[in-house]
Amino acid sequence: MTKSLMFIGSAIFFMIALYSCRPPAPGAAATGDAASRVYVPPGEHDEFYNIVSGGFNGQISVVGLPSGRTFKIIPVFSVNPENGYGFSEETKPMLNTTHGFIPWDDLHHIAISTTDGVHDARWAFANANNTPRVARLDLTTFNTVEILEIPNSAGNHSSPFITENTEYVVAGTRFSVPFGEEEEDVDVPIETYKENFRGAITFISVDPDDGEMDIAFQIDAPPFNYDLARGGKGISGDWFFFSCYNTEMAHTLLEVNASQHDKDYIMAINWRKAEQYVREGRAETVRARYAHNKMDKATHMASSEIKEDVLMLDPTEFEDIIYFIPCPKSPHGVDVSHDGKYIVGSGKLAALIPVFSFEKMIEAIENEDFEGDINGLPILNYESVLHGEVERPGLGPLHTEFDGRGNAFTTMFVSSEVVMWDIETLEIIDRAPTYYSVGHLMIPGGCTAEPHGKYLVAYNKITKDRFLPTGPELCHSAQLFDISNGRLELLLDFPTIGEPHYAEAFPAELIKDKQVRFYDINENQHPYVTRGPGQARVERETEDRVRVYMTSIRSHFRPDNIEGIFVGDTVYFHVTNLEQEWDLPHGFAIKGANNAEILIMPGETLTLKWIPDRVGIWPFYCTDFCSALHQEMSGYVRVSPRGADVPLTYSTGGR
Amino acid sequence: MRKIGLTSRILVLVAAVAMVSAYFYPIWQIKLWAPQYPEGIGMQIWIDRLTGDLASINKMNFYIGMAEIDEAMFPEFDYLKYIIGFIMAVGIVAGIAGRRMLMNIFLGLLVLLGIGALVDMYLWGYDYGHNLDPTAAIKIPGQSYQPPLIGYEQLLNFLAYSGPDTAGWILSGSALLVFVAILIEYGVFRRLFKRKKS
Repeated sequence: MTKSLMFIGSAIFFMIALYSCRPPAPGAAATGDAASRVYVPPGEHDEFYNIVSGGFNGQISVVGLPSGRTFKIIPVFSVNPENGYGFSEETKPMLNTTHGFIPWDDLHHIAISTTDGVHDARWAFANANNTPRVARLDLTTFNTVEILEIPNSAGNHSSPFITENTEYVVAGTRFSVPFGEEEEDVDVPIETYKENFRGAITFISVDPDDGEMDIAFQIDAPPFNYDLARGGKGISGDWFFFSCYNTEMAHTLLEVNASQHDKDYIMAINWRKAEQYVREGRAETVRARYAHNKMDKATHMASSEIKEDVLMLDPTEFEDIIYFIPCPKSPHGVDVSHDGKYIVGSGKLAALIPVFSFEKMIEAIENEDFEGDINGLPILNYESVLHGEVERPGLGPLHTEFDGRGNAFTTMFVSSEVVMWDIETLEIIDRAPTYYSVGHLMIPGGCTAEPHGKYLVAYNKITKDRFLPTGPELCHSAQLFDISNGRLELLLDFPTIGEPHYAEAFPAELIKDKQVRFYDINENQHPYVTRGPGQARVERETEDRVRVYMTSIRSHFRPDNIEGIFVGDTVYFHVTNLEQEWDLPHGFAIKGANNAEILIMPGETLTLKWIPDRVGIWPFYCTDFCSALHQEMSGYVRVSPRGADVPLTYSTGGR
Repeated sequence: MRKIGLTSRILVLVAAVAMVSAYFYPIWQIKLWAPQYPEGIGMQIWIDRLTGDLASINKMNFYIGMAEIDEAMFPEFDYLKYIIGFIMAVGIVAGIAGRRMLMNIFLGLLVLLGIGALVDMYLWGYDYGHNLDPTAAIKIPGQSYQPPLIGYEQLLNFLAYSGPDTAGWILSGSALLVFVAILIEYGVFRRLFKRKKS
């Protein structure tokens, strides 16, 4: 009895002793004065705009740094009932595709326009990963103004990266697919992957004056998975680099079958040469349908046009467009240093980070220092192009950015940390844990020729216990580090909207004073604008179509009493906000409307379509608290049976 | 008729010519600040028109039943340009002719213009601030909204300021120049100077 008690006692003691031997978890604490370093006093502004992808919410959030506060959610590829994007008649065409209207997509990456490799922040570009598209946002209105569908592509992941003067936005496919519009070209057995599947690399031109995009040409590249991309800068400005995985060309169980090669590739494209060959007429015009959607500034209306063909360049016909750089293993991020000299490949399954030298790459090309070819496209000798390898950086390197002072910062997904290293010596300088499983990282201007190496933000995939728990579905998060002192100092955790993939940030001064405050009502060219209260009216256009030319201004709609509407009529409320003052939107919603509200900015016209389904009195009201008399800003529509003897009348205040 | 000295003539001429600014710059300004308008909204009164954030001011004043400000409210806009033109002409004649009496008349007219304008402003402001629409949404017993004649005043959530604008300051400067010329001509400076010397 005593023995067994002693045995149990010593067993418990041993277990406690063993448990307390567990090494302490890495510290999660921020530095002592972190609070004051992220504190932006009430009424003052953040130093940087951070334009953050929303991932599977299809939106972009606008965040201030260093505070981490979110100011705005911009709908891009997803409808937004909050302001009527995708619900109003004006914005519906923005989400049109060759598949028809698509209310959602998965938005991964951001590119902020640059001149000479430096942010000019005129436009933001974003990619739709699921149904391949590229969007352009105007950074004076923070609105989505253009969406271009990408044909022959599937999984538009290596997008929307740009050349240093925003000449082109690229869109490389992550899922290779057969090309073509004819059924016999695309209805093929999946196992004929190697013969029939192709990888489209799309170059989208950007008009330097108004930013309008169009597909300039596509390159018919091998059927790999093109994961990410970066344009060169300075000396490497004529080149574009794409990371490739699944060079095994597997089409099933990719997690095993696409992870077999020790080295995959970084594909280097000389886009100047490609552009030149296209100009010389050496690209083939092939049928490829895609939607091109534009928001017209003057009419506040979007239009959608289906285009029919693209110029396709076969790189195997030219010797000097594409070269492959071997890169271990399944490279994810491919990033170019601010001076354009180094290309960092982050093999997500590799135990090291290879850094390639652009100068060595050019030398290897000149010396024809090749170790093989893919369909005649040269594979450069790994050793000849290599600047060096960062040894034992951590596990699962994904993305790298630069501080402009010779340091690189790489995220490690598996070991959940950010690693700081010296580009020249390849020595590791510092490392900091992230919470948890960091994906992209971002230094303001960190992908440009002029990084502002003050802050670094890590965008995490998992948050677990970092915030108050909210059931099974948790937020994603970002973590702000100060890197100005030559090390990584954690300052702040903040939750993000959706899943943040890539983000960019730039000094607020670049665009702060260029913001549109309201639209000039006199320049409103909307076909159904109502320029003043005297023009407010209701017109029955056809047997069952009615147009309401309505005005909104503090604090009434005109007209606010409408009779003579019949069940089944299609009623268009064209609401013009007559205010000419900053921050005075009016909303409009009507009972029973099965779409959303519209939120009309001062000087703008938006249209809500409503088909009354039953007889009755239907109130409408302003949804955005606009004034002390906001609650009074409402009205009634009387709906009668079709053919009832109720004349069409409308009034406000009895007039 | 007494003639005036060269310095005084130049002063009078400069004063008269400077008055031309009244045709190119606003004379008076009213500014309003509120928690919702940290940047302020304002109205400028010119010789013959109004500019500024009239729509915003009218929108706000609608709640408390104040009349809508528009140019038709101010018959002064029809004749103010002639009055100022006339005074200017008197000044130029006074400067060229160099007559002391004309100079005195010039200053008198300028002072009358200033007093007249202020009285006129006060009367308008009184009517504007007291004559309220009985159907106004917000009624505060005993509250009037007469804007300040000169200076600052808190009116409900608004801090109001009223004061000269560019041309108003220049007109005041003109009056001051003529006043200085008159002091010279009546020997005020000379007597001051002598007394100091002795």
